[in-house]
Amino acid sequence: MALLSFERKYRVRGGTLLGGDLFDFWAGPFYVGFFGVLTIFFATLGTALIIYGAALGPTWNIWQISINPPSDEYGLGLAPMAEGGLWQIITFCATFAFISWALREVEICRKLGMGYHVPVAFSFAILAFVSLNIFRPILMYIKDGGDSGWSHGFPYGIYSHLEWVNNVGYAYGNFHYNPAHMIAITFFFTTTLALALHGGLVLSSTNPGAGQEVKTPEHEDTYFRDFIGYSVGTLGIHRVGLFLALSAVFWSAVCIIISGPFWEDAWSDWWTWWLELPVFPQDDLVREIGDLPYLDE
Amino acid sequence: MKNYQNIFTAIQVQGPPGQGIPLPRGDEARIGEGKLNYWIGKFGNAQIGPLYLGTLGLISLVTFLIAFNIIGLNYLAQVGWDPVQFVRQLFWLSLDPPAEKYGLQVLPPLQEGGWYMITGFFLTVSVLTWWLRTYRRAKSLGLGMHIPIAFASAIFLFLVLGFIRPLLMGSWSHGVPYGVFSHLDWTNNFSLIYGNLFYNPFHALSIAFLYGSALLFAMHGATILAVTRYGGEREIEQITTRGTASERAALFWRWTMGFNATMESIHRWAWWFAMLTTLTGGIGILLTGTVVDDWSAWAIKHGVLHESGTNIR
Repeated sequence: MALLSFERKYRVRGGTLLGGDLFDFWAGPFYVGFFGVLTIFFATLGTALIIYGAALGPTWNIWQISINPPSDEYGLGLAPMAEGGLWQIITFCATFAFISWALREVEICRKLGMGYHVPVAFSFAILAFVSLNIFRPILMYIKDGGDSGWSHGFPYGIYSHLEWVNNVGYAYGNFHYNPAHMIAITFFFTTTLALALHGGLVLSSTNPGAGQEVKTPEHEDTYFRDFIGYSVGTLGIHRVGLFLALSAVFWSAVCIIISGPFWEDAWSDWWTWWLELPVFPQDDLVREIGDLPYLDE
Repeated sequence: MKNYQNIFTAIQVQGPPGQGIPLPRGDEARIGEGKLNYWIGKFGNAQIGPLYLGTLGLISLVTFLIAFNIIGLNYLAQVGWDPVQFVRQLFWLSLDPPAEKYGLQVLPPLQEGGWYMITGFFLTVSVLTWWLRTYRRAKSLGLGMHIPIAFASAIFLFLVLGFIRPLLMGSWSHGVPYGVFSHLDWTNNFSLIYGNLFYNPFHALSIAFLYGSALLFAMHGATILAVTRYGGEREIEQITTRGTASERAALFWRWTMGFNATMESIHRWAWWFAMLTTLTGGIGILLTGTVVDDWSAWAIKHGVLHESGTNIR
């Protein structure tokens, strides 16, 4: 059941980073390895603590459960379990589970004779998480002279983390004006566009309709050259996709890490440096930010 | 292990540029012979061109340029035809929709939204002829309709924002302004007016598909690059005749997370995730202000948000 028809010949010994042959085995479809054991330990502990936190909290409504970070007064210190201590341990568990997962991917790459592209890509996601809940709290602790810290992390809850995004966004005016946020969103949209085009192109070549022959990469290249004058090709599109997706994640991390530690005003005010460049006569603005007169009754 | 880490193309084969699959009778001629660029070849195909423009492409291009120029000329007029202030205030300038009082009037006075309506018309013609182009190019090459269908999903969002929702609201003033900062203001304002868009479940779905698309492309792009040593980038061949590249790619994910796609199905995942981003997004916008006035109130009513107005308790 768990074994694919061609899987047996790939299940060979070796490629581990740590633990030698000791953990070099599979459980069902999953490869275990030393880092698999670590992942299971941290993921199980973290999940159990989330459930424990939910039990201590005011609701079992799945949408409303929220494990909140400590309040400002704890700075970067340890908080009591019910007042953010759980959040701290869960954050610690999550970080170690993610890192273990990435290293387990490295072992699987080595076993299968593959490049390290996937764990490298995943490390960008880990970077984003760590930026949000570890790096930024530390930077805010330094900036606030110890008067805040872990309190800047986001709460673990389906809707409460959206509320955090909302609150932090408005704490800096209109977050859409954060230049790094602009770049990140542009990369997210472009990634999705490119993914639709790539998925669509491969499917349209291999599913050309009943009774028709499957098409070739030459058809794919021709379609895009006809369409926009350039086809990046079967190899290149995967570089494009990986680059776009990782850029989206990277700039997302940048946009939040600069909010607070390096810029504390409304993000719309950041842009005045451009208006005030010495080459420009300082005329009045034709349109002020936030001006939507056509919607007034 | 160094040989497995495909980053840039190391060796390029130079030959005469490909002229493409012959087009059926009735299609026009392609433009250009194609040129090779060494540095572009480091990353993807070295060949640029030829291009098929055709009547539809020409209409699309011209109508886009008309819309683009109307916007630009309106900006220039707003700054008193001063090119320096045009550059200085470019991101601040905006071509706004008509005021609320004009309702669904097709052509309000030019300075009070008329130019906006004309721009919208030309932009829509441009987008729709571009869609016909995705359809006709696919037909001419005997390909499936996957790209036109996915593009139609994006056009649905475009039409909801600028046409369908304003129509349902009874006024073109609900359209999105043409401006760099002004469309951000519109987005921000939209969320504030309708009680926080984060509590719109279709907005949540759209974001999940957007992030999911980035996740999928990172996973897929990285996986294929990691098995290029075994010819993994030749996806059509791998789909029709499974090779060791597909087997390793599949087993990588099976061993990692207990589940794997196939070389074909990963592209179905990709297509659906990307296509649903704009489809669910469009539905979310369409419902806002028409069916639901206050998403926070909606969330409280349905138990998603605690009655205190916050879940961070």
